[in-house]
Amino acid sequence: MVVLAKSLEDRIDESQKLGLQVIKESEDDRLMTLNVGPQHPGSGHFRFTVKVDGDYIVYADPDPGYVHRGEEKMCEYRNFIQNIPHLERPVIHDSTNITYSYSLAVEELVGIQVPRRGQFIRAIASELNRQVYTLYWLAIYGIFLGHSTMFMWPTGDRELFIDLLEALTGARVTHAFNIPGGVRNDIPNGFKDRCLRQIAYFEKRLKEYEDIFYNNPLLRQRTEGVGILTKEDAIKLGVTGSVLRASGIPYDIRKAEPYDIYNEIDFKVQYMKTGDSFARSYVPFLDMRESCHIMRQLLDKMPESGEVRSKLQPNPKGAPGEAYRRVESGRGALGYYIISDGTPKAYRVKISVGSFRNMLALPYLLVGAKLGDMPSIYWSLNYWPVEADR
Amino acid sequence: MASTPEEFRFGNFVGSLIWLILIVLIIISLVGLPIIFVILFYVPLPPVNGEILTPYLFLSMMVDPTRTLPIIKFLIHTHLFKLVVFPGFTFAALLAAATIFIERKFLAKMQLRVGPLYVGKVEGILQLAADGLKLISKEIIIPSGSDKPIFWASPVAFVAAAAAVTALIPVAPGWVVANISVGLLAVFAILGFFPLIALLFSWASNSKYPFIGGLRALHQMIAFEIPFFLSALSVVILAGSLNLTDIAKAQHPFWFIFFLPISAFVFFISSLAELERVPFDLPEAESEIVAGWLTETSGMIYGLLQLGTYVKLYALAALFVVLFLGGWAGPQIFPQELIPGYTGEKIYNPVTVNAIFWFTVKTFGVIMLFLLPRGINPRIRIDILLHTGWYKLIVLSFINMFVALALIYGGVLGPGGLLTR
Repeated sequence: MVVLAKSLEDRIDESQKLGLQVIKESEDDRLMTLNVGPQHPGSGHFRFTVKVDGDYIVYADPDPGYVHRGEEKMCEYRNFIQNIPHLERPVIHDSTNITYSYSLAVEELVGIQVPRRGQFIRAIASELNRQVYTLYWLAIYGIFLGHSTMFMWPTGDRELFIDLLEALTGARVTHAFNIPGGVRNDIPNGFKDRCLRQIAYFEKRLKEYEDIFYNNPLLRQRTEGVGILTKEDAIKLGVTGSVLRASGIPYDIRKAEPYDIYNEIDFKVQYMKTGDSFARSYVPFLDMRESCHIMRQLLDKMPESGEVRSKLQPNPKGAPGEAYRRVESGRGALGYYIISDGTPKAYRVKISVGSFRNMLALPYLLVGAKLGDMPSIYWSLNYWPVEADR
Repeated sequence: MASTPEEFRFGNFVGSLIWLILIVLIIISLVGLPIIFVILFYVPLPPVNGEILTPYLFLSMMVDPTRTLPIIKFLIHTHLFKLVVFPGFTFAALLAAATIFIERKFLAKMQLRVGPLYVGKVEGILQLAADGLKLISKEIIIPSGSDKPIFWASPVAFVAAAAAVTALIPVAPGWVVANISVGLLAVFAILGFFPLIALLFSWASNSKYPFIGGLRALHQMIAFEIPFFLSALSVVILAGSLNLTDIAKAQHPFWFIFFLPISAFVFFISSLAELERVPFDLPEAESEIVAGWLTETSGMIYGLLQLGTYVKLYALAALFVVLFLGGWAGPQIFPQELIPGYTGEKIYNPVTVNAIFWFTVKTFGVIMLFLLPRGINPRIRIDILLHTGWYKLIVLSFINMFVALALIYGGVLGPGGLLTR
């Protein structure tokens, strides 16, 4: 289905192949151009224009960059430690994961090892934050489909994990917890029991989510077979994370390139084969369930005592060279490419985010879809506008 | 500037006092008092118990309650009272307000929230009044390039049409504003106005999102009008009348929902679509078309449309009660005499009070059913909606029409039937 078309005419040809009405350039006034965002309730900090013919979308043009903040440039003016707090701003709901791969890359440049207990705490914080992000994403997916209960429930249950992270790091959303060399501080007393209790409660809640949302026949009718992204197109467009796994490719960085402690953890990569909007919304849900499983193992295997952070000089210098490390974030592969010239500051930092890659699939999935499918396709792509703009 | 005080002059002060006294003396003594006397003693009211009633006499009767009762009894049987207060608009609007409050708390409990909590101390019971005051105080923004007369008239027409439906609903025996022989037909005739109003308003807004929303409203309401009517038609076959009071009375031993469950189901689903409630809230789909045909509304225009929506919700729930749940029928729970041993003029009628009680209880039950899908369902897509309306519901409503005909011709119901008393 996907042809990498550049112009409007190409996309109209594409919609003709889908069995739609042919719209020539001269008949352009038949089309209605709708602006979705950034003031639209169904977009976020992001604008895309769609042209509709009746109820069908014949053209979609995403326009990212509304919240571009120059994070990469800012990294060149601060030293490696100072970068941590501002790097988590692009996606504050997943702030541990976005600093995770940065810390890994800096550790490779500086040449230090994270203590074993520190690696476990990092992984726990990462999984907790993945839950926070996915619940927030799911809440917005629910309200985009007009399901108000699915907005309220995940938003409420998200507080459980936020409280845990607050106990762990001291901040509710922007933790600045992962730093090169390990984590900022050790876990508090009684954290393990509290964590296990909340996971047990949350697994019960996940069943209820499935009953009220994913098994709802109206939701199935609305999202199944909508915006299908085939396996080949998914690879061609380079999507990552849950979008890739929903298209039938069991690819997870935690399994493919295990970092830190993840090669000792036993878990399955969750994937579905249909590649439609429903699969893309269901895979993050399966990931949440798997994440609970991972967290139990991490809490079991964690050493009882030990260092959580290896000593680092106050203003570490990176060895001249480059490093690229990536982790599996809530939205897919999140990588940092850092070039160092031997000074305390990076020469160049490139952030490769899953959101931007997933957004590239948006115009091809929207063409030929109905206007009513726009929210479900858009948000099922697991796209976080602020992160994509960086 | 107003920030500097005016210079005080004694002469101005005395002059203003003299003007004030003059105005008080002249206006009150020479204009105000005569008007009050004219109103009190010369405005004629209809005679009660052989006395020519004037407002003065009415005020004097307030002192003696036994003499006031006939006046109240007379007043509550006037057409104006019926139209404005009891089975008419005020009753419907009060129930609509109660519905909004219940919806908020009910939905909040379902979603593990608390809902409105602070306004009015007790569970946020005055939240709606606060919202209303806020809407009244807001500026009404009219989009440039809009069709202004239609933009102003549509919300009023919406509320008027919703109130017109409530005028046809019998609340208790004899308590209906317009007891006409083709009541059900009139209800459907009035309901046919709503898509027109929505489309006119969206067209008058001169904006894209309202336009799409208005077209969706039109498609949706037309698709569900036919199953709506057909499901009510099987009730008409069983009752043998289009008069809503007769339909309610015809269900005396057995309610029609026992014979026509599929019709009741179709009627319920069609009512949801007619009311644009979740899962059929496509005309107001927030994430697709901002707020649908309500996008350009602001201030009290939005308030009026919301009022109309909830009055319509009450009207359709009441219609469901009249058609399928036996109207006001229910066991007598109110005592025959409110004050034992009282032998004066009475306005308390145990049968009517009982009927009103049961009617209100049933209506609220149906309203709760209308509110329930909002907590558990997502919005559906327009093609699924049209498919449901045109294919599935029409067929379903025909099934029960044949059941109704079989019940009539099989001699079970109808004149001289087995189950007819």
